[in-house]
Amino acid sequence: MTALLEATDVRKSYGDTLALDGVSLRVDAGEFVSIIGPNGAGKTTLVNVLTGLTPPSSGRVRFKGTDVAGVGPARLARLGMARSFQLVTIFPALSVADTLAVAALSRLRRSTRPFAALSRDADVRAAVDEVAALFGLHDKLERAACTLPQGDKKLLDVASAFALRPDVILMDEPTSGVSTADKTTIMQTLVHAAQRMGVRAIVQVEHDMDIVFGYSDRIVALHQGRVLADATPDAIRADADVVRAVLGIATTQGRTQPGRA
Amino acid sequence: MIVRALGLIAGAALVLLPLAGVPYTTTLLLPAFGYAVALLGLNLLFGSTGLLSFGHALFIALGGYTAAALTGRFGVRSLELVLLAAALVAALVAVPIGLLCVRYVKIYFGMLTLAFGMLFYSFLYKFYALTGGDEGMRVLRPMLLGRPLEHLDTVAYLTGPFYYYALGVLVVAALVMRRLVGSPFGLSLRSIRENAAKAESLGIGVRRCRLAAFVVAAVFGAIGGVLLVVPTGLADPLLAYWTHSGNLVFMLLLGGFDHFLGPVLGALVFILLQDSVMSLTSYWRFVFGAILAVIVIFFPRGLMGLLDARRAAAS
Repeated sequence: MTALLEATDVRKSYGDTLALDGVSLRVDAGEFVSIIGPNGAGKTTLVNVLTGLTPPSSGRVRFKGTDVAGVGPARLARLGMARSFQLVTIFPALSVADTLAVAALSRLRRSTRPFAALSRDADVRAAVDEVAALFGLHDKLERAACTLPQGDKKLLDVASAFALRPDVILMDEPTSGVSTADKTTIMQTLVHAAQRMGVRAIVQVEHDMDIVFGYSDRIVALHQGRVLADATPDAIRADADVVRAVLGIATTQGRTQPGRA
Repeated sequence: MIVRALGLIAGAALVLLPLAGVPYTTTLLLPAFGYAVALLGLNLLFGSTGLLSFGHALFIALGGYTAAALTGRFGVRSLELVLLAAALVAALVAVPIGLLCVRYVKIYFGMLTLAFGMLFYSFLYKFYALTGGDEGMRVLRPMLLGRPLEHLDTVAYLTGPFYYYALGVLVVAALVMRRLVGSPFGLSLRSIRENAAKAESLGIGVRRCRLAAFVVAAVFGAIGGVLLVVPTGLADPLLAYWTHSGNLVFMLLLGGFDHFLGPVLGALVFILLQDSVMSLTSYWRFVFGAILAVIVIFFPRGLMGLLDARRAAAS
């Protein structure tokens, strides 16, 4: 069966620094995959390569069977891959409704229509209302994104990626910058939204091991630009090398214990 | 409410002005119409897309010289054809320039556009045989809607049929621009202005949209340029000079770039202000510099922003 998303022997170097050193990864439909690793392991670089933001130095990235290495995020988004960023990334002066409309228009291939009246587009309005309701933003549609509380900004960032109705969504630390109490709520919202929107697979980069072990079908552990382990949460817990190299470091950085999930 | 009422009063005043028997004031407003059309386009680039061009006068000059070449050298006297040709020429020139410029943002974009503007100025200035050099090229009086109007003297032509023609072009340009701004394309441009990386991650073709905005702005600039040179009867290299581009930016800031009609207000106030200040002192540029400083520091949203603030306070 063709993988939904597949990276084969991907290398990425910045000058003398090798950020990714022969990373291979496969994501199939129905999977929730978490990428973990200590700071500098190459997690964000891998997401950037997978989402076309950064071309790999060598190796292949295939999405739904098509080679997409370095094609750029805009085209990948149109092909059905969405991403959210580690830091909250919004359109500060745009309203919540307009932010979601940007994504809905993109999905409907209407982004460049110069003379259509946006305010009368019923399809876009329906799409905006649906996503806003899923993410609890329906009563803030007219608010400028920059005036939202931090948690809602994060939700809007992720919601706009979901509004693309992608096949695969890659999230770089979806709960970063959010209070511990809100993390579970956000994750439950994401999973529920993914089911409702027909998202076929989720890939996330995450430091919070409660989230990682609580939601993942599979965990890919990166260390110094290489895949240290690629296995189920139970197998990862039992892997002494991963516990020492990745989870141990996570623990010393003040994160949660691996066994707490 | 206040803005709408003031808009209606201003609109009615503009329509009735030629009937008031004040030909000086009427002709004074003609360049404001041309500038307003050009600024509507420039504001799509700046207000909507976040790209500030310091060389937009290039396209005004392109429109002006297209009008001069067609009316003076090729015998094309129909203003509709001249406007159409100017729009086409501007689009053709804007595509290659835009392809280079939209690879950059902020000051780099501004400097590149400035460079292209000055290149065109040098071309107009140096290629005497083709452009008339510093003397420029004459623009012959065009026919309006197929009517030669030769029985009218220049003042009657300009303060009558041409005034309403230019006003009509401005109204059409404003309606087209309002449609563009309120369209999915307009929203895509605003998303790019706010966060290009985010827009790209949502599937927006950032460079393509920026290029499209650049070309539309160029077309509006050239149409404005045609309207500017008909009253003066001359297209000269100063149309492309960087200070002319600077004036456009001044008008945009004066009127307010975050309101759709800000550019129109900016053009009208600039022209009237320039006339009154010039009649008082020869140091009018000094006064304008001070005004610009006050606007940027105290009223960054321009005159339209002031009106909007009053509306917000009233409601």
